[in-house]
Formats: sequence, C-alpha cells, structure tokens
Amino acid sequence: MTVLKFTVSALAVLAAAGAAEARDNLQVAGSSTVLPYATIVAEAFGENFDFPTPVVEGGGSGAGRKKLCEGVGENTIDVANSSSRIKQSDIDECAKNGVTDIMEIRIGYDGIVFASAVDGADFALTPSDVFLALGKNVAKDGALAANAAKQWSDVNAALPAQDILAFIPGTKHGTREVFDLKVLLEGCKANGAYDLYLAASTGADDEAKKKEAEAACFETRTDGASVDIDGDYTETLARLEANPTAIGVFGLSFYENNTDKLKVATVSGVTPSVETVSSGEYPVSRPLFMYVKKQHIGVIPGLKEYIEFFVSDDMVGPEGELTQYGLVPDPELAATQAAVAAETVMGPLE
Amino acid sequence: MSDATGHVTSLLAPDARTKARNAAERRFRMIGLSAVGLGLLALLVLLSSVLGNGLSAFQQTSVALTIPLDEKKLDKSGKRDPAAMAKVTTVGYGKLIQEALQDMLDQAGVDTGGLKPKELMGLLSKEAAADLRERVLADPALVGTTQTFEAMANGRVDGYFKGRVTLESAKRDANISPEQLELAQRMADAGLIVTSFNWKFLTNPDASELRPESAGLGVAILGSAYMMVIVLVLSLPIGVAASIYLEELAPKNRWTDLIEINIANLAAVPSIVFGILALALFINFLGLPQSAPVVGGLVLTLMTLPTIIIATRASLKSVPQGVRDAALGVGASKMQAIFHHVLPLAMPGILTGTILGLARALGESAPLLLIGMVAFVKDYPAAPPEGFFDPASALPVQVYSWTQRADPAFAERASGAIIVLMLFLLTMNAVAIILRRRFERRW
Repeated sequence: MTVLKFTVSALAVLAAAGAAEARDNLQVAGSSTVLPYATIVAEAFGENFDFPTPVVEGGGSGAGRKKLCEGVGENTIDVANSSSRIKQSDIDECAKNGVTDIMEIRIGYDGIVFASAVDGADFALTPSDVFLALGKNVAKDGALAANAAKQWSDVNAALPAQDILAFIPGTKHGTREVFDLKVLLEGCKANGAYDLYLAASTGADDEAKKKEAEAACFETRTDGASVDIDGDYTETLARLEANPTAIGVFGLSFYENNTDKLKVATVSGVTPSVETVSSGEYPVSRPLFMYVKKQHIGVIPGLKEYIEFFVSDDMVGPEGELTQYGLVPDPELAATQAAVAAETVMGPLE
Repeated sequence: MSDATGHVTSLLAPDARTKARNAAERRFRMIGLSAVGLGLLALLVLLSSVLGNGLSAFQQTSVALTIPLDEKKLDKSGKRDPAAMAKVTTVGYGKLIQEALQDMLDQAGVDTGGLKPKELMGLLSKEAAADLRERVLADPALVGTTQTFEAMANGRVDGYFKGRVTLESAKRDANISPEQLELAQRMADAGLIVTSFNWKFLTNPDASELRPESAGLGVAILGSAYMMVIVLVLSLPIGVAASIYLEELAPKNRWTDLIEINIANLAAVPSIVFGILALALFINFLGLPQSAPVVGGLVLTLMTLPTIIIATRASLKSVPQGVRDAALGVGASKMQAIFHHVLPLAMPGILTGTILGLARALGESAPLLLIGMVAFVKDYPAAPPEGFFDPASALPVQVYSWTQRADPAFAERASGAIIVLMLFLLTMNAVAIILRRRFERRW
C-alpha cells in the first residue's frame, strides 16, 4: 500500500511540474568572462530592488547565445552574456524559434593581457614577437618556413633568453578570437607571412583568399611551445605556477585581482590598465555584450530594471563597481543607456 | 632419515622448494602491503591538501561595531514605513558603518596611519552594508537605537590573519595595501578584530567576486537536501517495487533477462548522459524550470535507480528459500510471504544500498551542469513543495564554480565546501555500515 502511495505521489509531483507556476526570477547565461561582472550586478540588484536576485550561469558565449535563441517563454533564458558579437547564424536560429526582438547592449570593454609568474623576467612584447614565437609557419628570407624559434631571444634579442612556452586560451573561448585577430593576425601581417599566405592561397575570389590567409595566420605551432588551455584563467594561473618561465594569456580583471602572483607584459610598449584600454592605447581589447530577449520585458518581472541597473553609472560608469573590479568603461555609455531606456532592438549585422 | 631414492629431507631445515614457496608468499604479502600503502598515501595526500586549504574557511575574522542607527538618515519621514525606508540603499548604510568604524578607532586610540576613509572601509566586507540594511528593514523598530553589529573583515584582511596574504604580497596587490594590513594588525592587537567560528560559511548564500568572505553554502546545502528528498521519495519505492517484481514474481524468460542486462548496463552509464536526457525530457519537453532542484532530483533518481534495484535484488536473493516456503506452507499468499517475511528480512540490505546510492547522487555534479544548476544563485529556495521549483545550487556544483573564480579566497572556500561534502558522505556511509551491522541477519 505504501509503495502505491509513494508512486502516486511521485506521479503527482510530475503532473504538478507540467503546470509549474510563473517564473519570477531572471535567468542569465553565457560568457565566463562576463560572469563575474554579471554576478556582481545580480547581487547588488537583489539587494537594492524588490525583485529576486537573478540566476546567473556561465557556460561560454556561444552556449549562452544558443540558449537565448531556443525560443520565447518561461523555460528559456532572458539575457545572454557574450564576450564576442552575435553571429548571423545565431540571429537566424533565433528568428526560426520566434526570438525576433533582440537588444544588443555593449556593457564595456575587456583588456587581454600577457603575464608571467611574478618573480619571472620582464617581457615587452609586440604582436610580431608573439606571432614569431607561436605561429606555425613564419616568413624567413621571403619564404614560409616552419617556426624554429626555441627561445624568446631568438625572436627578438631584447627579450629574455628563456624557452618559449605560452598558455593561450583554447578555441572555444571568446578570448581566443581576440588573441587571433589582434595579436596573431597583426604579427602575421607585420612579419610578411600574411602576404605569402595570400599569394599561395587557392581561393576562388579575393574574399576567399583573404579568409584562407587569415585562417593560416591563426595556426599555432604544435611542438608544445604553445599550449591551448580549455579551462578558465585559474587553470592558466596554476600552469604558470608550475612553469615559472612560461607566459599566459589572461583577462585584465583576472590580472587585477591576482597582481600579487602575476607580472604583466607590455604590448607595443603600453602597460595594460583600465585607462590605457579605454583610451585605445593598449591594442588587445574587445567589447563585452549583453543580448536581451525583448519579448520577455514586461513578462518576466525585473528584466527592464536589471538591464537599466546594469548599464547605470553606479555599475559600469567610470567610478562604478564593475570598473573598480577591472571592466573598462565604454566612452559611449550615455548612448547605450538611452538605447536601453528606449528598448531599441538591434538591427541587422553590418 | 632417508627414503628409497636416497634424498635426505629434514623436517627442521626447509628444502629449496619449500624456500621458494615461502619466498613467493612473502613477495605477495609485500606487494599487497605496498598496494594498501599506496592507497593510504593517496588518501593522505588528498585529505591533507583539502584540509590544509579548506579548514581555514571555517574561521572568519570580524569587527564588532557599535552603530547608532540614526533616524534622520534611515527614515526621514519617521513613519517606519518599510517601502519608504527601502529607498535608503546600501550606500547610505555604508556611510553609517564608516562613521562607526572611525569612532571605534578613535575611542580605542588606534592610530589609523593616515589612511583615507575609503581605505578604512576597505578593511571591511562589502557585505556589511547589505547585511545591516537587511536587518533594519526586517525590524524597523531598530531605527533610532544603537546596535552592535558584527561586520566581516574583507577577504584580504581575513587572508592576512590566516597567513594567505602577507605584507610582501600586499605590496603587489591592487586590492589591499601593506598600510591597511598594518592597521588591521594594530586593531587585532587592541582586540577590535576577532577570529571566530564561521557559521555564515554554512548558512550564507553564494556571493560575488567583490565579497568572497561572505560566500557560504546555505543555498547549496538546501538544494542538495531538496534533491536528496526527491531522490529518496521516488527511487526507493520504484526501485523496491521493480526489484520485488523481477526477483519474486516475474517469470524467468528472455524478456526478464533482457531487462536485467539493461539494468546492469544502466548502472554503468556515465552520469553526464543522464544530464543530456534530463535537458531534453524535463526542460525542453515537459517545460520544467531551469536550475530547479526538482529537475536535479529527477535526473539523480534516474541515475540512482539501477544501483538501488541491483542492491535490493541482491538482498532479496540472500533471504533463504526456506523462509518463503515456510510462509507459503502455512497458507500465506505470495504477497503475504513477500511483504510479511521476505521484505523485512531484506530491509537492512535494501537500506544500505539506498544510502550508498544516495551518497553517490549527492556527490554527482556532471548531470547538473546541463540543467542549469551550475549557476550563481543568491536567494534561498522557498520551503517545499514550492521550493522544489525555485532555483538552487548543489554542494558539488558549488565546489566547481568556486574553483573557477579569480579571487584566491574562493579557492579556500572551495576546499571548505569539499570538507562539508565529505562530512555528509562520511555520515551517510557510516549510517549504512551501522544499519548493516545492527540488523543484517546471516544464514
């Protein structure tokens, strides 16, 4: 009898589940770079507003956008955090599932820094140095040759005579995209390898040739000098502690919170900081985005208030909480705030 | 003594073959001993690293402040209307705390070393203002009185007293300066900063990167408990019913063989597979909420069922056939024989299997990744049954998300969370052993 009762109650739980009550908390997911910022905002939002604290998930930029595009309704998320811009394929997927009104909100910028263990040698890098050290093939005497550089001093005599070992973000990270475009590609062009790739490319038209050459520039050496890290910055930090002569790639905010363990490298002579990134002097940076499902505004309580609070001066302004944590404020914040207030939907990608 | 072939064998001096056999035995003993030793060593390394990193999470330094809750600042209207009082944000409460801190330093005659008010506030957790505000809003009668208030010290200051942060590392640290740490030392010498057991680590919800010192396991423990309740309520009756049918009632044929093989296989399926199933079935198809203990509980039920069925069938099998025959012989029906005689005798084994299954489910994190439980959840879930549908975290998942945070104080908390999780597992396993020792009957 008790067995029967239990089974019936179990079925009742399942049945009740189908008619679950309306969701009253916000659901946010996406980039692990934006995650710490989003949790800070969520915490302050829960404390100072009458709404429950939003639930913030990580998982990566791409995964977050995919979840956003799953459809409209209470069991889909409201906001996707992203450290790279939304792709046309995401927008198509969204449209297919009825998510037609997406708001794109740029919350600020993130610097990407090279750092070594705190008592290691000083590094003053340029994109060209990094490409020559880590690229798969480099231009040598007007021809492409497999990268044979063993020590940093082989690449640039001014760099320390240490074996080349770099921990770079894995391909699933949004950070890798910036590293590819702002460092490897720049270095590839400066080195001349890009032109050689372009000349050797077999693409149908100029556009295809350019794509092929770029993809070739993004290839890193596979002999162990360049190591992809698929985990978080904490993993990169642990690897650096085990290999004190290595160099790692971090987000600016992660570095700012671990200045006692890391020594930052300059890039093209500029030391990364919130100021140099926002002034544009420091070259390796990227915008951070929030993608909001407008169809949920007015349906899920607190959504509008949350995004307005997120872009308020108290949070992302020059003196805001997130800026103190390491986010680089957006100089065009006022325009973003106005767009959020007016609930402007993003247009097609240019 | 000599035999026909002329070999002399003494009973006192072993011959070569005996020696070789004895040596083989000694070698095997050594190998066995070193295997055990290796296992113990691994356990020792694990325990010492977890305990070494995590025990300090159970200690927290804090400052006891005496705060006059000024009516003019907190409730201008004087009507004690919670809605109007809520307009004073944490910034307003922060100022009160700052004044109280400065007063306290002046009274105790501690030299502030020329630190600015903002740097003074840097010694305290950012949680303090939010805590105070919550307390006042919960009890508006406090306004106008003077209250003592325990403010947690900032994570870096806390780390300094635990040896994680040194004056040397503070020089390079953007978040704390050596001057601030020196002031903290003077305050500790004057008895203003005290270290005590950190109950908040067990009760507080998660916290953001700005205030690692206030992060706790409250939501995670509740979420895990809710899931375990669901797992127990669902998997025990279903598992026992299935086992009784298969073991006692079902005909032995190709179909039951097939089911048996499938159950054994299911028990070995990697848990992440159940997570994928749950995402597709419970969230996308049935429309259950994300991050909710009900979904987590259902997944873990699916995962635990095979374990429970296998354990239950084994203990049903171990009840001698004579018990059933005797019951049937005195006129009991098959049902009566099972429920009055076989099941009670098999119960200790079933409970042991269930508890071990639950322990495995408690430590499981992979399937929860896919259903959105690896998230920042700050609000406590409501009381059940509504609470089953509220977002919550879980213990193993909390460990996972804390190890990913940038602030080093979270590494300490992650190890602390592992200790809590291990204590729960140890308790459950101990209960299982006690049940087995106490009630198991051997034939």
